[in-house]
Amino acid sequence: MSIRVGKAAQAAAFPDAAKPLLNNFQIRRNVRHATEVIRNKRANVVGEMPDWEALRDAGHAIKQHTLLHLDTYLQQFEEACTRAGGIVHWATDADEASRIIVELIRSKGEHEVIKVKTMTSDEIQLNPSLEAAGITPYETDLADLIVQLGNDQPSHIVVPALHRNKAEIRELFLREMKLDQLGDTAEDLAAAARAYLREKFLRVRTAVSGANFLVAETGSVCVVESEGNGRMCLTLPETLITIAGIEKVIPTFRDLEVFLQLLPRSATGERMNPYNSIWTGVTPGDGPQSFHVILLDNGRTNVLADDESRDTLDCIRCGACLNVCPVYRQTGGHAYGSIYAGPIGAIVTPQLLGMEHSQSLPYASSLCGACYEVCPVKINIPEILIHLRGKVVHNGDAPLEERMAMKVASLALGSSARFSVAQKLVRIGQLPFQSDGKLSGIPGMLAAWTASRDLNAVPAESFREWWAKRKKGQPA
Amino acid sequence: MQNDFCLSQLLVHFPATSLMLRTLPSAKRIFMPAKNWLRDAWKTLGWRSCLQISLFVACYNDLLFPQTGKAVVAVLERLGHTVEFREAQTCCGQMHYNSGYQPDALAMMRRFLNVFEDAEAICVPSASCVAMMRDHYPKMAAASGDTKLKNQVDDVLPRVFEFSELLVDRLGVTDVGAFYPHTVTLHTSCHSLRSLHAAGKAETLLEHVRGLTLIDLPQSEECCGFGGTFAVKNPEVSAAMLGDKMQCILSTGAKVCTAGDNSCLMHIGGGLSLQGTGVRTVHLAEILAASDSGEAL
Repeated sequence: MSIRVGKAAQAAAFPDAAKPLLNNFQIRRNVRHATEVIRNKRANVVGEMPDWEALRDAGHAIKQHTLLHLDTYLQQFEEACTRAGGIVHWATDADEASRIIVELIRSKGEHEVIKVKTMTSDEIQLNPSLEAAGITPYETDLADLIVQLGNDQPSHIVVPALHRNKAEIRELFLREMKLDQLGDTAEDLAAAARAYLREKFLRVRTAVSGANFLVAETGSVCVVESEGNGRMCLTLPETLITIAGIEKVIPTFRDLEVFLQLLPRSATGERMNPYNSIWTGVTPGDGPQSFHVILLDNGRTNVLADDESRDTLDCIRCGACLNVCPVYRQTGGHAYGSIYAGPIGAIVTPQLLGMEHSQSLPYASSLCGACYEVCPVKINIPEILIHLRGKVVHNGDAPLEERMAMKVASLALGSSARFSVAQKLVRIGQLPFQSDGKLSGIPGMLAAWTASRDLNAVPAESFREWWAKRKKGQPA
Repeated sequence: MQNDFCLSQLLVHFPATSLMLRTLPSAKRIFMPAKNWLRDAWKTLGWRSCLQISLFVACYNDLLFPQTGKAVVAVLERLGHTVEFREAQTCCGQMHYNSGYQPDALAMMRRFLNVFEDAEAICVPSASCVAMMRDHYPKMAAASGDTKLKNQVDDVLPRVFEFSELLVDRLGVTDVGAFYPHTVTLHTSCHSLRSLHAAGKAETLLEHVRGLTLIDLPQSEECCGFGGTFAVKNPEVSAAMLGDKMQCILSTGAKVCTAGDNSCLMHIGGGLSLQGTGVRTVHLAEILAASDSGEAL
């Protein structure tokens, strides 16, 4: 099996990756500004919905039901899509999916593809596979284009270039699009991207897209977006290849009613996505005449098998959890080392990788619960993070110092007599580090504490000691 | 919401007695024994007047913040209730549970339930411990497959109250007769905000403290960056979050930052102290325990 999630398996641990980002004030400012704008917009449009909680419950219920009958719905989708003229492929892992796509493009004799809205292609690292096969991929979503031109990594699920500001993008466009001059307004930048992309939309005959939803009942595929570049990719080429994770399937067309309300409001703070593209197989004389869907597993069935964390697959990739996450706000997405950043990335990435990599991600959270509060499909992310921490510990992958500290604490807290003794030992143990009522110079994990916070010395008398004395002093 | 009738409490809150207590120190000497006598008489008569409140102080308060436990005792006794401390108690298991050491946490949960099985009301001056119990104990018990344990959880949990919940919801008190002449800002811990939904309770209690000026904390829904072992496993990110929180606290001009969780306060106070800001962190219970006769316990 060659399961891949971008380059996550080779990424540095979260605390190490976060350090340079915390010192990058440009990135921190960009991330803070962008997340604040989106979270405020979201709060406004969610606040105006009287039935928002009912919608969240419905979204959660539909996803739960679908996941418990995933085999049935996937087969139903395959049948309906095939009936409508599409061709469905099944890919176990990243290599198989990449191979299928490369072969499809080659069989058409093409050397270029336009791409839109496909995180799964980043997940399986499709672009390097295409380039190795002599096929040039062009990202057409504006943010993805910025990331591609900058040889950069996406830092947000919905807004991949969120870490970049206008000035940086202008520099990038001037250099990579080989422009002589370019204004510095958003309109100027959008116009430059349009001119650059239009030519490709009209020339390139094969497109690769992702999918927001696969409708089992009708075999339809749904992609939502804001720019219209997706609509071009989905309608202009002769061949369309859609790659989608198996969890993207929903039972009926009517279920879109719920998700097309939840998704735009949660993702971008819009009441409705500007472009909602839904298509079913092939329509003679209209749109791509050759349509393929690749259903990707790449570790998802392992998540499906875990009762405690199955909800991870409910995710509709709205990114709301990133925008409210206090950790994400400090570091931005790159610290997560995965194309899936933020709280959802912290539970998706290590699970897809079978808990063999990205083990620092379940710890990249203060468990504040802001993510759970905004999740449109009610994924209890903090619970799943704790569950995954349990897996790391269970597999023996937690640091030795931590395991020892926890074992000692567990012993000390195992009886009140032991706890009383431990309290006295702590007071003796702190003596070498104590001055002016504060502790300093303690080695190990506590050094991480005192680096940015004072630590008061342990008081001379614990509560239980005070209580015992008080009780003695009182008449019976 | 249940409000046990409590005669001695009524006396404390009767405007004339209250005024008398505040103005005449000598009145206290006469009044307090009278009050205690009344309480005892009430009990002898077999009326369910005042509660026997069992304090679960929380392991870290026990060792690091004994003054908070003492403050809880002072407030509850001032209201006429009896406080007991069951010495067999240790820890709710939160640190182990959240860090991935769930089997250790299960043992601590069993201990907690056994110790407090027959307690009338359990008061916990730590919102995160209560959140641990409410959010995780039922699931842990269910996963253990132990029916007795599950029943025990269902039986004990409704009697567990975070300190501000106990006062406002269980005892129906918002004015505990405290005096604290300082400007204060309230940090709402994530557990108190999102798990207990108790943010408004601490605020109400503080609003009724004489002499106290409460200043709203901007961005009060943001995590302070403590997060248990997060603070040492991701120290730099935790410190960055703390930096934002300290900026908000300093922007209020308050001299005291309070909360219902000493865990957050240890982190926030440690930062404020290291940077020499002069702003102190004080647990809510300690503010409510402060009175005209002094805030020191």
